[in-house]
This record gives sequence, C-alpha cells and structure tokens, in this order.
Amino acid sequence: MAIYKLQINGRSYEVDVEPDTPLLWVLRDNLGLVGAKYGCGIAQCGACTVHVNGNAMRSCVYPVSAASNAKITTIEGLSEDGSHPVQLAWDEVDVAQCGYCQAGQIMTATALLNKNPKPSAEEIDNAMNGNICRCGTYHRIREAVALAATKQK
Amino acid sequence: MKNEQIGKATSRVDGRAKVTGEAKYAAEFNVPDLTYGFVVSSAIARGKIKSIDTSKALAVNGVLQVFTHENRPGYVWGDEKYQDKDSPPGSPFRPLYQSEIQFSMQPIALVVAETFELARYGASLVEVAYKQDAFDTNFEANIEKAYVPEKYKSTPPPDPRGKPEKAFADAALQIETEYTHPSEHHNPMEMHASVAVWEKDGKLTVYDKIQGVDNSQQYIANAFGMDKEEVRVISPFVGGAFGSGLRPQYQLFLAVLAARELKRSVKVMLTRQQMFSFGHRPKTTQRLAVGAAEDGKLEAIQHDAFAETSKFEDYSENVITWPGVLYKCDNMKLSHKLVGLDVYTPLDMRAPGGTTGIFALECTMDELAYKAGVDPVEFRLKNYSEKDQNQDKPFSSKELKECYRQGAEKFGWSKRNPEPRSMKEGHNLIGWGMAHGAWEATQKEASAKAVLSPDGKLTVSSATADIGTGTYTVMTQIAADTLGLPLQDVTFLLGDTSLPKSPLEGGSWTVSSVGSAVKAACDKVREKLFKLAQQVENSPLKDAKFEEVRFTDGKISLQQDASKAVTITAALKQNGGESIEEQVDSKPADKQDNYAPYTHAATFVEVKVDEDLGTVKVTRIVSAIAGGRVINPKTARSQILGGMVWGIGVALEEEAVMDNNLGRFMNHDLDKYHVPVNADVHDMEVIFVEEKDDIVNPLGAKGLGEIGIVSVAPAIVNAIFHATGKRVRELPVTLDKLL
Ligand code: FES
Ligand code: FES
Repeated sequence: MAIYKLQINGRSYEVDVEPDTPLLWVLRDNLGLVGAKYGCGIAQCGACTVHVNGNAMRSCVYPVSAASNAKITTIEGLSEDGSHPVQLAWDEVDVAQCGYCQAGQIMTATALLNKNPKPSAEEIDNAMNGNICRCGTYHRIREAVALAATKQK
Repeated sequence: MKNEQIGKATSRVDGRAKVTGEAKYAAEFNVPDLTYGFVVSSAIARGKIKSIDTSKALAVNGVLQVFTHENRPGYVWGDEKYQDKDSPPGSPFRPLYQSEIQFSMQPIALVVAETFELARYGASLVEVAYKQDAFDTNFEANIEKAYVPEKYKSTPPPDPRGKPEKAFADAALQIETEYTHPSEHHNPMEMHASVAVWEKDGKLTVYDKIQGVDNSQQYIANAFGMDKEEVRVISPFVGGAFGSGLRPQYQLFLAVLAARELKRSVKVMLTRQQMFSFGHRPKTTQRLAVGAAEDGKLEAIQHDAFAETSKFEDYSENVITWPGVLYKCDNMKLSHKLVGLDVYTPLDMRAPGGTTGIFALECTMDELAYKAGVDPVEFRLKNYSEKDQNQDKPFSSKELKECYRQGAEKFGWSKRNPEPRSMKEGHNLIGWGMAHGAWEATQKEASAKAVLSPDGKLTVSSATADIGTGTYTVMTQIAADTLGLPLQDVTFLLGDTSLPKSPLEGGSWTVSSVGSAVKAACDKVREKLFKLAQQVENSPLKDAKFEEVRFTDGKISLQQDASKAVTITAALKQNGGESIEEQVDSKPADKQDNYAPYTHAATFVEVKVDEDLGTVKVTRIVSAIAGGRVINPKTARSQILGGMVWGIGVALEEEAVMDNNLGRFMNHDLDKYHVPVNADVHDMEVIFVEEKDDIVNPLGAKGLGEIGIVSVAPAIVNAIFHATGKRVRELPVTLDKLL
C-alpha cells in the first residue's frame, strides 16, 4: 500500500491503496465517485472514461500510481449543475436510455470537442467508436455531439 | 387541449440524472462499513468439488470469511424455495448448496473482505480440487436426443390444424430449410450486482439489479426463511438488462447470505466474465417445411424448433407460434423440443422466441417468395392473416398493411430489381431485403398509488422498473395527462418493494399494465377532485356531471365552456388540508379474452457487401411499427432504434461460442463477444403508423420494447441474399460465411 495524492475535479484527495489499483476502483470504491462505470475492465467498452490532463482515458486500466500529479476530471466534475454544453445537448437530444454507458460517452465527446470544437461527422464517429452502448443509443450520440459543437463557447 | 401529455414527444424526466452521474445503479450504494464479496467460479463444467482449501485466503489480513458449500449455513433447500417469478419448470440452481458442479463458472465460493481488491486477491488464493465428469455441451451432437418437456414455460405448441403433411406433399411449390441461431448473452453494460445492507434490527435493505423488486424480495424471503417485511429491495436505476434481470441472479443470494452471517453490509458485483455464467438466449435450430401454390399462396407450414436448455430446468420460449400469427394457412404443424446440456438454464432475452423464430420463418418465406417469383411484400399481402390462428381469435387491431405501405414508400422499395446480385457500386454488392414481425401486447395485473398533496403536487408510484425503457417518463405523462397537471408537478416512484405491486418489467407489458394502473389510480383522484370542486363556494360546476368536465392546465372546467372552471388547488382546499390518496389494483378487462393483442412491424433494409472481403455494412433500415397509441414518440423511437441496433447484432455479430473441450463459453468478454458499436450503425428510420385499439387496454397503447428487434435480423439476412445470391442459414452472418 502507498499514499497517493490525487487532483480530481479541482479537489485534492489522498488515498492509501496498492500502486497497481486501477484508477476506476479508487474513484468508485475509495472516493465514492461512482459516475465512471465498470463495463469490461479491459479497455474495450469506454464506460470508465475520465479525463487525465484533458485526455480521455480508460480508468479501468489506468493504475493509480500513474495518476498522481495529473489533473483528473470525472463526469461529476464536468459542471456544477449539468450545464456543460455536452450535458445539455445530451439531455436535449434525450440520448440516454438506461444511462449506464453515458458518463463514458459524454467524457469521450467532451475530450473530442475540447481538442476539435467543430468535428466532422467522420471525426465524431472515429472519436466515439470505442464507447459501447448496449441500449443502442448511437444514433442520438452522433446527433448530440454535433449539437454540442454548436453550443460550445 | 394545451396540456395534453399523452402523445407528446417528451425528454426523459430522469435524463439529467443520467448525464450528470447522479443516477445510482445497484453497486453504487456505498453504505458505511461496507464489505465486498468476490465470487470464485468453477473451472469445470460438470463433476464434484473434491476439496476446497480457503486457508490461504483467510490468512490475508482484511479477508473476513470465505463461504463455500462446506460452511454455508443450513437453510431449507427445497426447489420451491428457490423458484422465482420467472423460473422455468424444474429444479432451480441453488448457490453453494452442494459439492456438485452443474455448469462451467458455477459460483463455488464467495470471498468477503474489507476492500474489493482484497476480496479479489483472496479469491485468487482459494484452491479447489475437482473430480471432473463427462459433460454434454455440444448442441449439434445432442439434437437428435431432443425431448418434449413435461411442462412448457412458454405457450405449449398448439394442436396441428388441417392436414399439414398431405398439403405439403400436394403443394406445387415446396421448400425445406434449416436455420440456426447461436447462444447469445444479454451483456447489459451494468454488471449484475447486489448490496445487502445489514440494518441494526437484523432486517435487510437490498439494492439489486433486477427487473422487478418484488421478485428479489420474494426470493430472499423464501430462500432464507425471512418475512417479506424484513427485506426491502430497492432498484431505482437499472443499467440495461434485456431480460437478464428477470430472475434474481446468484450474486443476490450470496450477498444476502454473507450479510446475514457476518452481520455486516456486503456488496457483490459480478465481473464481465461472470456475466456469461448465467442465463442466455438459447441456441436454437429450426426446421421448416412450407408448401405453397404456384402463385405463392401458402398451403402448409411445418415449423419445428430444437432449443438448448440446462439439465436442471426446462426453459422454453415462443419460437414456433409465429407462423400462426403472421401467415394465413389452413394446414399447420408446430413443435418445440428441448436439448438438455450441461449449461446454466437459458433466460428470456429481448423478444425471447420472437427474435429466434421470426428470423427462421421470415428467411424461409423469403426463399419461398423467390421460388414463387413473387415480390416479398406482395407475398406477405397474399398470405395476410386477419386472426391469430393458434388461438382462433381476431386481432385487437392490426395495421400491418399500413406498415408495408409506409415502410416501402419511405425506403423506395418499388425501385428494387428482384434479381440477386443485380445492384452494384464499386466493390460493393447492394442488397435490399424485408421482413415483418409481431410481438405480444399483453396486459398484466398491476397496482399503483396516486397521492395528490394540498399544494397540487402529485406523486404516483408502483414497484415496477425502468431499465432504460422510459418507465419514469411515460408514467409521469400518463398521470399528468389524466389530471391535467404540468409534468413538473408530477413525480413517479418505482423500484422499491414498499410501493404497490407490479409485474416484472419485461415482455413489453409495462406501459399497458402499470400504465393502466396509474391511469386508474389517477381517475379515482379525478372523481374525488370533481366532487370537491362542486363543494367550492359558488362553484360553477355545481350542476355539472362528471362526464361533462375536463382536467387541463391545473383546472377542472366544463368541456362546453372553459370559463366555468375551478382550479385543482381550490378544490383541494375543500379536503381539510389533507392529501387525496388512491390505490388501485388493475387487471385486464374480460373483453380482451376474445381477442389476440399484438404489435406488428415491417422492416426494410439495405446492405452493402464487399465482394472481395465479405464484409457487410447495413447502410439503411426503415422500420414501420403498428404499436397502438404512442404515449411518448421520443422514448418510443429510442426503444425501436435500440431494437434495430440489436437486430444488427443478431444478424451479423453476436455469438457466444461454446468450447466443447472445456464446456465453457470461450468468448466471455467484450473483446471477443461482439455487440454493435457506433461504426455499425448508419441510417435508421422509424415510422409509427396510426393504430387505434380500444380493446388492448384502457390506454390503447402497446409495448414497444421488443417489436423493434424481431424483423430486423431476417430483413438483413434477406438483403444479404439479394446482394450476393448466398443464403446463409446460420447466424451470425460473418464474412467467412460469405466468401
Ligand atoms: S470498463 Fe474500462 S473500458 Fe470497459
Ligand atoms: S444507455 Fe444503456 S448502455 Fe448506453
């Protein structure tokens, strides 16, 4: 076990865990930040996506030891009140069905738009391709990313 | 009416909770002092545990206990104690009951520790010695040993009608086919998980992933000999289930067992791999023999299904009932036999039986239409059935012809050249195919409660579930519509055993069953409100009759003269500061007995098949749905789109592959079990045709959770034939089958 200092959603946390503990479990079990989900544990579904220094990362395979000193953002830190343009677009298009994959979808979409505020349809598809949604909300995910692009300041 | 909520495209009332991470799923109730259980899964498919050594695990600091068949407490182990509301006939699996192994990855131990990581580590230290026995997991090798179950879980095959054998022998056109559908796993994105919270008084609060909290409550009460009052089950959000949550799964039993023994709160969440260790859509082979006249008019249908089940329960689903629903034919013989294997019992998976049966039926009919030289739509019109011949009952409504018409028009079907391989674009062969489908529109008994508080806010509740279907939203709309309230004044509660009873959330019956109960409860509140409104001083409604008023915009007014109105809050003042509270139990009306209620769909598909690589891209799907009155076009469309995406998975991707050397599904993760991803999904359009139905239930609405999937896979397979001239009869259609 070792102590790690983490910067998450603008707050500092300290956890005492094994160095190879995936960041996902630290978030969910140690810190109670359950917005990021476990869907596969092998970087295949995107449900656990968070931002590490602004990049979309699969927290299920990201060891906590690599995360100290990094700036981590989870769905809980995207906005105070659900007012991030991507969240607004998601709500407006009514993307979610069961909702379980959507934190990961939104974090992937946000990372894309931060880097590329006006993505083409193809760029959207490429960026969103690794996030599985078993409810099959793909159609609306595309619509919502495009809509969010128009809302970005 | 300005305030009408039914029929309005409304965004999910729980949409915000789902985009902020606020919505909490079963495993996310991190109560204080929580412990974590990790399941040890059997490495063999059949045999016995010779010994199980837990000492190394127990030596780890922080591991609290390892539960196995050797140290589990002695409970009552009768079959009936483990049967739940969705159990097939047979002897249900009982976790940690005995040393016998009945299927691969059977849970054989639960390691409980202070942290998840410790529990997982502890599980890796449990040493098991097995005595391995011979096992049967090979479906093909056992198909000729298929048997007729003593009792069907599904509708038993109807008696034969007419003279099917003779009619087939005499028919001008004959076709015999064999179609196979693989085993598939639900794989909701959320794992099955339960948090059993140990309360001070020895009672339990359980957060469970389930499609009906009543089922989990009853299961726990039975299995552990507890009173129902001692167990409260809560499930506010379910991260998809598609049938996997119809039965309480073993993590629930294990979490409760550990909580009771340790007198601590315990969370047990399965891994993705373990999601392949319980129910799945059964592998099914179907043989069809269909005879028709020269012009394609059907003379005889024989449809025989052979479907996988476990050795301990007889699971069956409605695979072979569809010819009797979808095609007019006087000579029919239908059978369904089971192939018992050493696997876990199969389990209803989105449109159970329909997905499988309609696929084989619709592909066979496409083959026959080609043989007859008749356009597939015309073929279906020619053989259109006005009644459900299995039960000899007319449909409560059936606008399927309108589905053909509108779907074909939108798709541009009339421009189709029927010749296979006749359409090409670069390397791509283009194919257009179609199929139709149906699904039951059942209403079940359900209860609901409506409470209208003095400030005019309405809370309605029923112990149903929202598995992403839109239950929260649709029920809120129905309640708001009935009482003429704005949506924001209405709250719907679900997923809690303290609420009025509800059927399992499945079978596309939630809107019709729970929705009818919600409407009935609100109707009663309406009557009370009207009486109160008449008591208001100088009430303009004093002499009005109940039938003459309407409820809109928070007011009760005369239909003929909207200026004669009393506000709901004014009426409520007459109630002495009390809330109005009504609870009702609703059940299907007797008149329904004389009809067969079904939803219908027609689907048109375009595929592009790379001639050199054999890759298939579904470039366009149009589905036209006849589903009665649509309560919420937005969530309804989402349901159908989701079904269409599933259809793509069924046709092209999904297959749980059994390794018969190990007796285990070998592709048990999301890397190798393929589900549709963003790149698989292109143009999709949903049309809801108008369909009026006064019989199906008081709302006139039919469920839409399953109709979206059933006709999609066959339409894709038929389109692939049109593109390539190759008829693939075994799903999924992977590229190796096309080269
Ligand atoms: S849980 Fe991390 S990618 Fe699936
Ligand atoms: S919304 Fe259910 S998995 Fe994506």
